[in-house]
Amino acid sequence: MSGSFITVYTPDSSLASPLRMVRMMFRDLAASRSLGWRLAVRELSAQYRQSLFGFLWALIIPLANTVVWIFLSRSGIVRVADTGLPYPVYVFVGTMLWGIFMDALNAPLQITTVAKPMLAKINFPRESLVLAGIYQTLFSAAIKVALIFAALVLMGIRPGWILLLFPFGILSLILVGTTIGLLLTPLGILYTDVGRAMPLLAQFLMYTTPVVFPMPKSGWAAVLFQCNPLTPLILAARDWIMGLPNTCLGYFLAVNLATVALLLIVWAVYRLAMPILIERMSA
Amino acid sequence: MTEPLVKVDGISKKFCRNLKRSLWYGVKDLGNELVGRRHGGNGKLRRDEFWAVKDVQFEVMPGECIGLIGHNGAGKTTLLRMLNGLIKPDSGRIEMRGRVGALIALGAGFNPVLTGRENIYISAAVHGLTKKQTDAKIDDIVEFAELGEFIDAPVQSYSSGMAVRLGFAVAVNTEPDILLLDEVLAVGDMAFQTKCLNAIAEFRRRGTAFILVSHNMHSISRYADQVLYLEKGHIAHIGDSLQGVERYLADMHQADRGVESGLTDWSLVHGSGKVVFTRARFRNASGDQVTAIETGEPVTLEIDYERYVELDEPPVLDVGIRDREGIVYQGTSESGGMSLGKLSRKGCFRVNFEELPLNSDYVDFAFAALDRSTNEVMDWKRHVRLWINRRGAQLGRIRLHVTWSVHASEVELSSEQPS
Repeated sequence: MSGSFITVYTPDSSLASPLRMVRMMFRDLAASRSLGWRLAVRELSAQYRQSLFGFLWALIIPLANTVVWIFLSRSGIVRVADTGLPYPVYVFVGTMLWGIFMDALNAPLQITTVAKPMLAKINFPRESLVLAGIYQTLFSAAIKVALIFAALVLMGIRPGWILLLFPFGILSLILVGTTIGLLLTPLGILYTDVGRAMPLLAQFLMYTTPVVFPMPKSGWAAVLFQCNPLTPLILAARDWIMGLPNTCLGYFLAVNLATVALLLIVWAVYRLAMPILIERMSA
Repeated sequence: MTEPLVKVDGISKKFCRNLKRSLWYGVKDLGNELVGRRHGGNGKLRRDEFWAVKDVQFEVMPGECIGLIGHNGAGKTTLLRMLNGLIKPDSGRIEMRGRVGALIALGAGFNPVLTGRENIYISAAVHGLTKKQTDAKIDDIVEFAELGEFIDAPVQSYSSGMAVRLGFAVAVNTEPDILLLDEVLAVGDMAFQTKCLNAIAEFRRRGTAFILVSHNMHSISRYADQVLYLEKGHIAHIGDSLQGVERYLADMHQADRGVESGLTDWSLVHGSGKVVFTRARFRNASGDQVTAIETGEPVTLEIDYERYVELDEPPVLDVGIRDREGIVYQGTSESGGMSLGKLSRKGCFRVNFEELPLNSDYVDFAFAALDRSTNEVMDWKRHVRLWINRRGAQLGRIRLHVTWSVHASEVELSSEQPS
C-alpha cells in the first residue's frame, strides 16, 4: 500500500503556510503536465472532428478582420496614417498577433467554465486546466504563424536573422493574455457578467494598441497607447517578423518581467479560489 | 499498529439557500481566503445559510466499509465532497491517508466525440495516472468494461450503461487506498454489478477503506461494517449497521404515515356509479380493525358498497395489490375478477387473505366493480394502504418459506434446518 502520505483538509487558509503552498503549487504543476496535454488534445481533436473546416477556423476570423480594415482604409471611410509597411501586411500581421493574444486571454475562463462538472466531482490538479489552455493557444498560434509566413513569402518580404526573436514575441503575448485571463477567472466563474464584459474590454484594448492602425504621434491618444502594456508586445512581435529593428525593447522586457511576477500571484489566487468556487457550483 | 485511513473530526459545512446571496458570500469568502483568514468565519450562520453538515466525526480503518445513509438533502454528498477535497470544511479536520479514489461521477470528463479508448487515457489522467501507467493497464480496463469493438467507437454512441461501465473500469483500475462510492452499485446489468462487487471485495482484502453512499439498504446492510446515518446534517446514528438501517427504515415509515390519511378520496366516484365503494378497512384474524399487520399474518379487506340502480347481471370485484414501486403482487384471483352474486342495496365485500407474506414497508390495494360482459367500470378506488411491520431488516419483497439442506455427493451426511 502506498498509504504513507496524508492529506489534511481544514478550514485554514493555505496562505497560513506560504512555503508549503508554493511547494504544493509546483508539485501540482508537475503533475499537471500530462493531464493538461491530454485535455488539450481532447479539446482540439473533439473540436475538429465535428467540424468541416476544422483548423481553418483559426484563420477565418483574423482574415475577415483584415479584409474589413483594408476595405475601410481603401474606401476612405477611415484614414490610416502611414504605417511604414504595406497596409494589408500591417493589418494582417497585426490582427493575427492580436488573435493569439485573445485566444490566450479567453482560454482560462472558458476552459474552467467548461470543466465545471468535472471540477465539481473530481479532484485533479487544477493547474492542468490552465496548462491545457496554454497548449491550445500555442496550437492555434502555430497555425496563425504559419499563415503569416506564407503571406510574407507571397508579398516578397524577407525578414532576416532578427526573425529568431519572433518566438519570444509570441510567447510573451500568450504569457500576458493568460495572466490577465486567469486574473479574471475566479470572479468570472461566480458571475457571468465577467465573461460578457470580456469582448468589450478586448475591443477597447485593441483600439488602444497599434493593431490595425499605427501609433498616434501626439496628443492624449499617444499617451494612452504608450501606457497600454500590450503596445510593446504587438510592436515587438511585428517588428521582428518583418525583420525591422525593435525600438521598445526595454519596455517589452519590463512588461514581461512584471507579468511573470503577476502570474505567480494570480496562479496562487486561482488555486485558493477553487474550493470556494466549487462550493458555489451545483454538484 | 494500524491507523485509520480516514479520520474525520467534528467537521461542519454551511450552505446558502439563496443563489444571489450565495454568490456574494463566495466573493467574500474569496476575499477572506486571500488575506489568509480561516474559512467559515466566526462559525455562525449568515443570513439564509443552514448547516448542510454539522459536527460529524468518524474513522474508517483499512479494509473497513462505512455506509452513509440519510434522506435526500441530509448532507451525504456534501460530506463526500469534503472528503474528496473538492470543498473546504467550515470547521473541523479531515485526514485522508493515501490515494483517494472516487466513484462519484462515473464518466465525468468523457468527451462524447472521442472513442472509448481515447477517453480511457483522459479519464485515467484525471484520476492521476501517467500515460505509462495507463498503457500498462489499458488491456485490463478494456477487458473489465466489456465493451467489445465499441471501445473504438465514439462515446456518444454508447448507451448510458456502457458509459458507466467504462467509467467504473477506469476508476477501479486506479488502485486507491480509500474509495468513495456514491450510488454506483445500482448501475449496469446484473452480470456487471456482480463484477463490480467482486472487484470491491478484492479491494477490501487488500485493505482499501470504503465510504459507501446508498439508498439501497440491501447494499448497505450487506457491505457496511458500520453505518453513519445523517439527518439534516447531524449524526442520527453511528455504529452497528443493522441498527442504523432499522432506524432509517423506521424513520422513513414514520414520515410516510403522516400523509396516509389523504390517500383515498372516498367522495370521488371513478366510473358509472351504479355501484359505489364508500369505505374500506382491514381486519386481522380476530376481527379487530387494523392499519398494519406483521409479515405473513392473515388479513381481511372489508369494502363497504352501495348499489344505486338495479343490475341485470351481478358485478365482479377486481382487487389488485401493488407496492411502493408499483410492482403488482397480485391482480385478481380469477381473470376479470370474482363474481359476487346478486347485490343487496347496501353491504360490504370481504376479501380474506389467508396469509400475506409481504416484506415491503406497505402495500396499496386498489379495487373496482366491473360489469363482466361490457367491462363497464362502476367504481374504482385506489391507494388503500396496509402497513407491514417487517420483522428486522429482512430483505426482498416477499417472505418465502424455505427449508435449507446440504447434500454431499456421496451420501454420508445431511443436515436439515428450517429457516
